[in-house]
Amino acid sequence: MDLLTDKKSTFALLRKIEALARGVPSPVRVMEVCGTHTMTVHRHGLKSLLREAGIEMISGPGCPVCITPNAFHEAAIELVTGREGLILATFGDMTRVPTRRGALRTAIPAPGSSVRIVYSPEEPLALAARESGREVVFFGAGFETTIPSIALMARKARRTGLRNFAVLSALWTIPPPLRAILESGEIRLSGFLYPGHVTAVIGLAPYAFIAREFGFPGAVAGFEPADVLLGIISVLEQIRSGRPAVANTYGRVVRPEGNPAARAVMDEILDPADSRWRGLGLIPRSGLRLKRDYADYDAVRKYGLDLAVGAEDLPGCRCGEVLRGMSEPTNCRLFGRACTPDSPRGPCMVSFEGACFVLFKYRDVAHG
Amino acid sequence: MCLGIPVKIVELDASGELGKVDYLGTKVQTSFALLPGVGLGDWVIVHAGFAISRLDEEEARETLALLREIVENSGEPEETAGLP
Repeated sequence: MDLLTDKKSTFALLRKIEALARGVPSPVRVMEVCGTHTMTVHRHGLKSLLREAGIEMISGPGCPVCITPNAFHEAAIELVTGREGLILATFGDMTRVPTRRGALRTAIPAPGSSVRIVYSPEEPLALAARESGREVVFFGAGFETTIPSIALMARKARRTGLRNFAVLSALWTIPPPLRAILESGEIRLSGFLYPGHVTAVIGLAPYAFIAREFGFPGAVAGFEPADVLLGIISVLEQIRSGRPAVANTYGRVVRPEGNPAARAVMDEILDPADSRWRGLGLIPRSGLRLKRDYADYDAVRKYGLDLAVGAEDLPGCRCGEVLRGMSEPTNCRLFGRACTPDSPRGPCMVSFEGACFVLFKYRDVAHG
Repeated sequence: MCLGIPVKIVELDASGELGKVDYLGTKVQTSFALLPGVGLGDWVIVHAGFAISRLDEEEARETLALLREIVENSGEPEETAGLP
């Protein structure tokens, strides 16, 4: 599949984009919703190449570690420092997010408690089965790519009668913040690049309102350089024809209906809930929480956590503005100085999908 | 959290729910509970230990054909344009 990555196709696609962009009002501003797209755009130097072709790429809210508000992180720190015999399991990036109470990684756990980094939601469940004398809380953050597997683990825990397992769920769904961004009108955008793997799960229908209600173009794209460029070509063609749609340029992975088995598990175990996003605030039905039947497995209910109160970001951090496309990381005074991947001041510099981290890592990549 | 690239199924147990994929030469344990009906040799996308989508070869071929066409046409600027 060299054509997806080699320079020849990259430059051929860029030429096509340049020609298409000449026929539409400038500037053309495309939001890449997904953090993994942000990575592709920067790693291969597409950001500057696209700018030369007349396309401005704007990073969106598609980084689960980034958009999880500090109230969640502080609640996780409270659990592991305040309760004895508790294992707080989470993905690696989550342990490094700085809050006013420090980060999980440097928190001093209560006696018999610990923070455990896991790769898959299966690990904390297995841990709970093994460590029957301790409580295991899985602090799971993710979008629709990760959510079905977390839901599956809650179901498995309930079916097997495992009582020492609970989920602190930081589960977010992608379409609602896109509505919020369009409704706020804060930034002028020309189209969305929809996340390929989230869409492989949810299918195309959840974005239909964006074309129908807002007359706004968008294309589902994959993650190789050519994939991203094909997505942008589709957006440009929609602008030129005046026919906004939810195009799928990642057909090899994304079925129009998504993944029915994964969607069924989500529907069975989880309910939509109004949720607070870092930078975007409260968005109706933008998160998922365990259904009432699963109350015993919901860390919020089990331990009486209060996540409604907004814990503040660290002073000076502009991650919130970056997440809604309002600011480039380089506009932040902390970027690259007081805030680096080794000593991050906010989650956008922690996560490998965070816009600040990606820009910092690939700051010297001019051309791919 | 996401392997991102397509990986090949190299082991699959009788239930069809648990197996391994080849990730750059390493065998990685993977759950197929969210992707019923996959078989040995299938290419899949894996996210946080779970396969979430199977690669469609026909669609992959179509994308490559489209790319080939764009590359071939790019040598002739007057054809790539089609501008108003």
